[in-house]
Amino acid sequence: MEVKLKKPILDFNARVAKENRELMQQHGIFVLDLLASPGAGKTSLILATIEALASTYRIAVIEGDIASDVDAVKIKQTGTAAVQINTGGACHLEATMIARALTTLELDKLDLIIIENVGNLVCPTEFDLGEDVKAMILSVPEGHDKPLKYPGVFQSAKAIVLGKIDTKPSFDFDEHAFKQSLGQLNPHALLFPLSAKTGEGVQEWTHWLSNQIEEKKSCS
Amino acid sequence: MHEFSLMTSVLDAVEESAREHKARKVVEIKLVIGEMSEVFEDAMSFAFETLTPNTMCEGARLTIIKVSPKSRCLACGHEFEHTRLKFACPECDSLATELLAGKELHIESMEIE
Repeated sequence: MEVKLKKPILDFNARVAKENRELMQQHGIFVLDLLASPGAGKTSLILATIEALASTYRIAVIEGDIASDVDAVKIKQTGTAAVQINTGGACHLEATMIARALTTLELDKLDLIIIENVGNLVCPTEFDLGEDVKAMILSVPEGHDKPLKYPGVFQSAKAIVLGKIDTKPSFDFDEHAFKQSLGQLNPHALLFPLSAKTGEGVQEWTHWLSNQIEEKKSCS
Repeated sequence: MHEFSLMTSVLDAVEESAREHKARKVVEIKLVIGEMSEVFEDAMSFAFETLTPNTMCEGARLTIIKVSPKSRCLACGHEFEHTRLKFACPECDSLATELLAGKELHIESMEIE
């Protein structure tokens, strides 16, 4: 006997993500899901963001890694709340992991939650966590051809950070070719070229983020 | 290898529905997967073979129906199929397009006994 199911594979994840989103809406917290390869500079960008915004906004970070708590320790040293999720081998975060992490945070006292996803340009793109925006970092040393190799992540991100621009003199990064392929894949993406190390371009990024946080607060 | 996670969700849903239908076993599972989703067919099959022994789905056939990307141009209204990487409208070159198909990740149906 044939039984029609017509059901999304990620039905359960989508339901939990919706609950997360509703909870964040109630508290007026803007949630950013940050995706990138290992070593692209996710933690450095988060630290630069905290430095720029911590005096204005109350921030928490959810750190997703396969193992260890080295990133959460770095974040906590800034005085910012951090929750470490160890996926134990899984290549991405799922909505239930975020739901658990949220129970450990004081939601009444937050304006912004940054989720640092597991370093991976493929798997995290399919999983809704309940975030407001998926953002991604491509760092200059990774090369300008990455949008063509990993189109999914460049399509799912609303904001794209071109990181480590201070290293341009050492690499053959063709920014024109990068922008051209990005324009084909995701013409509406916002692009933020910056260096978390020198601070160049960081202000444009945090300015955009501040606007997102304010908008979320005013809608809750 | 998020395909293991996806296949676990598929099998949970299929087995729940199969039990509701008082099925003895599942013979076939049909999935619909858009070519723009980040899902690798061989990894889905591997996850299926690994996860199904000693379950209702042991020995079942996994059929994956692929869906080609299709978009509609927001400028001129033209509907067109395209590759994963090219979205521009072939009629007017506009990049303002709306994806109509290609991101599917669905359990279509199952065959039970």
